[in-house]
Amino acid sequence: MNATKTTTRIVVDWTACDGRGLCAELLPELVSRDEWGFPLIPDPAVPAALRYHAERAIAACPRLALRLSSA
Amino acid sequence: MTILFGDDVQIDGAVAARGALMGPSPASQRELRTHLATHGAVPALGAHAVVRLAADSGLAGHGGAGFPLHRKLEAVIAARGRAIVVANGAEGEPASAKDRWLLSRRPHLVLDGLQLVARATNATDAYLYLNHRLPVETFSQVLDERRRAGLDPVSVTVVAAPDAFISGEETAVVSHLSGAAALPRFKSPRVTERGVRGRPTLVSNVETLALLALIARRGAGWFRASGTADAPGTMLLTVGGAVRAPGIVEAPHGTPLADVLDLAGGPSTHLQAVLLGGYHGTWLTTDEAAAAKLSRSDLAPLGASPGAGVMVALARGTCALVEMSRVMSYLAQESAGQCGPCLNGLPRIASQLKSIAFQGSTAFQGDRRAVDELLRLGDLVVGRGACHHPDGSMRFLRSGLRVFATEVELHLAGHCSRTSDDVALPLAVTR
Repeated sequence: MNATKTTTRIVVDWTACDGRGLCAELLPELVSRDEWGFPLIPDPAVPAALRYHAERAIAACPRLALRLSSA
Repeated sequence: MTILFGDDVQIDGAVAARGALMGPSPASQRELRTHLATHGAVPALGAHAVVRLAADSGLAGHGGAGFPLHRKLEAVIAARGRAIVVANGAEGEPASAKDRWLLSRRPHLVLDGLQLVARATNATDAYLYLNHRLPVETFSQVLDERRRAGLDPVSVTVVAAPDAFISGEETAVVSHLSGAAALPRFKSPRVTERGVRGRPTLVSNVETLALLALIARRGAGWFRASGTADAPGTMLLTVGGAVRAPGIVEAPHGTPLADVLDLAGGPSTHLQAVLLGGYHGTWLTTDEAAAAKLSRSDLAPLGASPGAGVMVALARGTCALVEMSRVMSYLAQESAGQCGPCLNGLPRIASQLKSIAFQGSTAFQGDRRAVDELLRLGDLVVGRGACHHPDGSMRFLRSGLRVFATEVELHLAGHCSRTSDDVALPLAVTR
């Protein structure tokens, strides 16, 4: 059993992101938008309770600019 | 052939050595026979021996990030697929010329080092990624001569780096060598795993490779005899601005910054600040610079690092805000334009800084909100890009706002301390 707890984080590929904003609509608990429309994610750690919503937001991104990273 | 430093100053205008890359004579070693007479041949080392030398010597990268070479080597060795090695001589930083000096005066040390990392990683392809001002043909001739002499078992391709600040960024190098534009890319997976054309790739600064070539001949113990325990060896620096002999110097890690300035002839006038690490670097007050040493651990509390060895001394009488404004406009223009916050934010920051630097009379009437807005915009770009261009640009700006706080107050009140129209910080030739 691994004792270290892995944190799942939401990561933006800034070269792909166009600021369409679907992530902020689908995951407002974690994501808002800056004045140019690009995602603002003050704390990228995804709590277990939001995992499903985070995955939906990632799948909905038309630019495929979001992913989850476990590190 | 004349190789230029900046627009008009020759690289060999001034050189001072306290190390083996330059010393004992700064004369050119471009001729293969001069190189061999000075340094001897590279001993025959197995792959494992090269990695051991990199680890035992403590050699870290000289491109700015200071990542240990042996860890990069191990990552490439552990990755699946035939490896590719790259000597990175892009040197996109306008205030830096040390890589150009090294490539034009010590090309064989760099190329020896490239063969050593090729051996260590069992690479089948090698590239020399060359600053846009250096002549590709000359280096192709150098490589032909080496091949005929049997020095290069792995064939090396010379590729010109585009003239851009970020063209030497590791993922930009990999993109360019894969046939795309020299633009940074998303950092996952790492280039050591999937780099040029999807193959495991080692990208190493040319100075790091030249040092490895010396270590292979003289041993890890020799390298550790200079420098500090946590940063062994020497580094090349480009010292510019208000010093008597601007140019390239070599100094051991741990050397007091004041001694580095002295290697470049010492200050030519009273200084108001020192910029360390170039346009992604950190401003230091003269007191801070007088007390600091050229070492990562020493400089960390000041938010600074030796970086890629750029030092610029700023004379009194020069308006630091005007200088910073010119540089921030340049950095905004050098955004690759791929990442929204950088593309949108840096021009806004540059324009806001310009309004403070060049404001007329009492435009702000002492109101600090103009500076607060600058910092707020800065917070919107830091950490929000594929590369560190926004982060580095803001390190430069924020440290300057701290060091030049008095000048900022003057400007907000409608004044400027400038007594000279001299331009202190070099920029790249406008494209």
